[in-house]
Amino acid sequence: MMTVTDSPGIWVYAIVDAGDGLTLPKVAGVAGAEVRTAPLGSVTSAGLTAVVSDADLAEFGEDALRAHLEDLDWLAAVAQEHHGVIEAVAQLGTVLPMRLATVYASEASMRAALTGSEPGLRAAMGRLRSRTEWGVKGYVAQPKDPAGGTVPEDSADAGAGMAYLRRRRDALSAQRESWRGASDGAQAAHAELARHCAASRLHPPQSPQLSGRKEAMVLNGAYLLDNDRAAEFSAAVAALNDSDPRLRLELTGPWPPYSFTAADA
Amino acid sequence: MRGNVIQSDSMAAQGYSSGASTGGGSTTNLGDILERVLDKGLVIAGDIKINLLDIELLTIKLRLVIASLDTARQVGIDWWEEDPWLSASATRRAMARAGDGDGELEAENRRLRAKVRELESGQPSKRRDDDRD
Repeated sequence: MMTVTDSPGIWVYAIVDAGDGLTLPKVAGVAGAEVRTAPLGSVTSAGLTAVVSDADLAEFGEDALRAHLEDLDWLAAVAQEHHGVIEAVAQLGTVLPMRLATVYASEASMRAALTGSEPGLRAAMGRLRSRTEWGVKGYVAQPKDPAGGTVPEDSADAGAGMAYLRRRRDALSAQRESWRGASDGAQAAHAELARHCAASRLHPPQSPQLSGRKEAMVLNGAYLLDNDRAAEFSAAVAALNDSDPRLRLELTGPWPPYSFTAADA
Repeated sequence: MRGNVIQSDSMAAQGYSSGASTGGGSTTNLGDILERVLDKGLVIAGDIKINLLDIELLTIKLRLVIASLDTARQVGIDWWEEDPWLSASATRRAMARAGDGDGELEAENRRLRAKVRELESGQPSKRRDDDRD
């Protein structure tokens, strides 16, 4: 176990290639910290560089971090700051975004941990060069009148009760059918979209809690596109959206290539 | 409704490296950011050992629910009740939100539910739902 000293910890945002001629944009890091670069290997040759900032271990040490991560406001702020730095750096060239909360006790310790991974990092960098991640989420299209017809207002009580139960059953079955149809459409859409890109990933559909949407999500895809194919991809999403009434597609991005940093990408 | 569904081709044509405007797409929301920074991205063991999965899977989503309740109520999304067609209050709000002539259906639903309650209890209804409006 590392002993915590007076020297600050290091928060890592991303790995970049110093060969891209990096001049860091003016962007604040987590807790407003100044963002800087820290070369991984030998400083003499242009090489892989970490984008980092100091992180007070009183706030970003193990126990403190664990407690803070339970605080949604804190988490939201830090996630946005972390993402903000990565997004700003992504404007400059190829970037390997780090997962949130990659923290080292010192710069030396970070260098020791990352230097050994250089070949893998370089390979990942090569795959991501001149490419951008886009997201496509698909939702079940809202049926126009899922409850079916109407029941006369002045029906006898028993008749109205039966009608209510029937409507409820019909609505449920209509909902299941919409979901199934949208799900089939999503599979076809993903296959079609994957044809346009260098790599694709299917993520689990987000829960309504996370998506903030009432409609069920049936597709949560990530697509790694050559930069010059982004327009073509956007058009493909729009065309699929028009052609399949069961499914509502939404394009998000451009994203730093979070979904394509793994070795199997 | 939330907008910015499909970005224009001219915007999509720009990757980061061809100078897309800073700040990224307007579609970026907190849920998407959390999903990516907590669940994706390069994983290299740090000195500080945190199991994000423990946090991500349960607590955050739960807290997202709680934190968003008020907002969701305002826009009529009752996802914590799972099925809007089974929930009178959710249906009422969803219909009110749709605001496209389904008000009759909403009113009718309310009447029918009141009648079902009435039948189930075997007593005349006080029509509390209607009184509320």
